[in-house]
Amino acid sequence: MNTKQPGAITSGRFMGQDDTYTLGPMQSGPACCEPQPLIEVESFSLRYGARIVLENISLNVYRGCITALIGPSGCGKTSFLSSINRLTDLIPGCRIAGGIRVDNCDIHGSDCDLRALRGKVGMVFQKPTPFPLSIHRNIELPLREHGVVRRPEVDSIVQRVLQDVGLWEEVHDRLHSPALSLSGGQQQRLCIARALALAPEILLMDEPCSALDPIASGVVEDLIRRLCGRYTIVIVTHNLAQARRIAHYAAFFWTRGDVGRLVEFGHCRQIFEAPAHELTAAYINGARG
Amino acid sequence: MGNAETASARGTPGNAWQDRLAEWSVYVVALLISAVFLWMLSDLALGGIEHLSWSFLLDPPQNAGRGGGIGSILVSTVLVLLIALVVALPLGWAAAVMLSEYVSSDSRFGHTVRHSLQVLAAVPSIVFGLFGNAFFSIYLGLGFSILSGGLTLACMLLPILVSTAEAGLRALPDTYRSSAMALGMSRAATVFHVLLPAAAPALITGLLLGIGRVMAETAALLFTSGYVDRMPESLLDSGRTLAMHIFDLSMNVPGGDAAAHASALVLIVALLLINLLAMKLATSWQRGKIAAE
Repeated sequence: MNTKQPGAITSGRFMGQDDTYTLGPMQSGPACCEPQPLIEVESFSLRYGARIVLENISLNVYRGCITALIGPSGCGKTSFLSSINRLTDLIPGCRIAGGIRVDNCDIHGSDCDLRALRGKVGMVFQKPTPFPLSIHRNIELPLREHGVVRRPEVDSIVQRVLQDVGLWEEVHDRLHSPALSLSGGQQQRLCIARALALAPEILLMDEPCSALDPIASGVVEDLIRRLCGRYTIVIVTHNLAQARRIAHYAAFFWTRGDVGRLVEFGHCRQIFEAPAHELTAAYINGARG
Repeated sequence: MGNAETASARGTPGNAWQDRLAEWSVYVVALLISAVFLWMLSDLALGGIEHLSWSFLLDPPQNAGRGGGIGSILVSTVLVLLIALVVALPLGWAAAVMLSEYVSSDSRFGHTVRHSLQVLAAVPSIVFGLFGNAFFSIYLGLGFSILSGGLTLACMLLPILVSTAEAGLRALPDTYRSSAMALGMSRAATVFHVLLPAAAPALITGLLLGIGRVMAETAALLFTSGYVDRMPESLLDSGRTLAMHIFDLSMNVPGGDAAAHASALVLIVALLLINLLAMKLATSWQRGKIAAE
């Protein structure tokens, strides 16, 4: 699964044919984090029908940082991620307990505006999921839905977000050609651009590199690093080396009796270098999971 | 395992013989099927081509269709077709959207709707004709008219349109729905701007099948749109469609065979053209979504 060499992808430029990109204006790099919680999760539990998926999760996600969720498959990382923007609502029989607060607002509260929440919390999926429409339309459609309808405004946002993900140079002369004609890595960056267009504060990423080849995956990883600071990023990854390279905080999930639990949460260095829990140590060293 | 052993026990010559037989029978079957079509087409062409001319396409029929052309009949056919499509397309596609997007696949309501559509699809067209006559012509007072014919055919089209569109929508990956939802898009916007455009080939296929069904229908129109062969002056006039005209010429009009052949030829060529056009449209649409220009 994990074909990438740690440290192989550090430079900003790759010579791959269509995944070559030039850095956009956002070169600030990880401005490190003020430990100011933006997402507060308190004894959160999730169940689908009778099946308990997550139990008693409590952690904080800090503003401007990258938080990596690691752990074996089926331990509820993705479910946890999609709870943050309430995408779990799609699943029939989904019930929750405990609370998640995003920017001091209870996302399950009755006064929570779902559209605003999803504008504030963007999501990027494991497989690139552009709509089968043109590149331009892919970004324009959600913008319109959020009330940005004036053509010049839409066009300038499209240009800005495509520059942010380093895609503008590659596609600016074919904005109206189909998004599905792009390569996998380009499609994934388009999806990130589409999420950025709504000016979110938080980006949820569900293994955004795992469906891409090593070069495209490196480009996306570099992009994530550049986005950090401006955005708060929560990323699920099976690639421990990647988590170690990019994340500031790490949360280690494990299943016990088919129920996902949070074993350990802390600074990335601490989790990787001095794990407090023996399960974490075993997982990180490749002895378990 | 067992198969491999018996095959090797029998040896290769026997296998080759069986293979050849299978190959030949497949060819023969394929040939037979196209032969039926070619036979029909050539029979129609032989009997009708000398009758075919621009004036045949444009002139009104004379002497019960033995002479003149099929101008007014083509107009009636197009009108009936348009009414049926205008009524059935929005209804059918809306029902498909409801079944695939708003109702969970194992809900009772969805089952009931799907079941009634299946029953509707199996109803013989003459029954639709009698229903259309009782409801549209008599109860609603539309009489024998193009309007009641078109409405009756719209009822007949619904099952085809709904099932093709629903299958097309269900075949779309769920990632379209979840990523639209993650972008804060409403369900309605997702349906209109993402799902329906993505399912366009399936919608076009349904449309095509529907057009074919309408153009070929006679029994349902016998008691609804009637068979007056004059040029219709309004939608409340009776009108004779092409298929009805062929039926009338070949069954009720002695000496109308040549005109019937020519009309049938026109009908078949028109259906072939519509098929071709829709096929082209669907593939170019599909290609336009995936490949760069």
